[in-house]
Amino acid sequence: MSVKLNTRQVGDVSVVDVSGRITLGEGSSALRDALRDLMAQNNKKILLNLSEVSYIDSSGIGELVSGFTTVANSGGTLKLLGLTKRVKDLLQITKLYTVFDVHEEEAHAIRAFA
Amino acid sequence: MLGVSSRLRWLSPCWGCQGPIKRVEPTSKTLLDQEYPSTLESVDEAETVILQAAADAGFDEDEQHRIGMSVRECMVNAVVHGNRYNRNKVVHVGVTMAGDQFLVRILDQGEGFEVQEVPDPLQENNLLRHSGRGLFLMGAFMDDVKVRKAVPEGTEVTLVKNVPPRQ
Repeated sequence: MSVKLNTRQVGDVSVVDVSGRITLGEGSSALRDALRDLMAQNNKKILLNLSEVSYIDSSGIGELVSGFTTVANSGGTLKLLGLTKRVKDLLQITKLYTVFDVHEEEAHAIRAFA
Repeated sequence: MLGVSSRLRWLSPCWGCQGPIKRVEPTSKTLLDQEYPSTLESVDEAETVILQAAADAGFDEDEQHRIGMSVRECMVNAVVHGNRYNRNKVVHVGVTMAGDQFLVRILDQGEGFEVQEVPDPLQENNLLRHSGRGLFLMGAFMDDVKVRKAVPEGTEVTLVKNVPPRQ
């Protein structure tokens, strides 16, 4: 299953629901395009919901990192929501878990943007 | 969880190894010996085939995931960085059961690289780099990773996973 993305607005936060696999090729480029579109529309608060992401490779990790820095460099904030155990493990062994602001509950994550 | 120094021990290059390398033990059994074109589709195909071989070898789901991900990272390196998507070059993939070890050997036809020059992705100034984590993840997920310059060309990576004892 390749990646699927759906963006919805919760207040002033853009929530991107991601499902499937974020891997080199279609998966990572789709995520990159979605974040680029949000930035182009001046959405500065972005919450990536990864609860339905079954698999992510180093390219996918790279896109998360690039998204994080691109949004931050534009004065915005990118947070992560709902990591599966495998994605969480991956971010921990790459020492990126503490770089991202990670939340388990959407309402909590939305409040954290305030 | 492995410590940082332990995770970096997989950087075990065999540059300049003298003499022929013994690849297959007498009790070994070849599970896969296949050439793949230098495409991203090959990455998916090799991952799928080797995941099945790992399942047949008795690895649980978590270990299958680690093996599959290591294969994916290694295949991506071979296709993208080694062969640079060159349709005239192939990636040779071999899977062998050698005693209690599950061995995956991936050989590209690229120009090769110096493994010592690969930046440590865990260093603070490298943490936010877009790329450069593939080799590190292989080392984190496999029991051993050997990288050597192949003759006459290319890079050969051998991923090693110890087979769990049968219940």
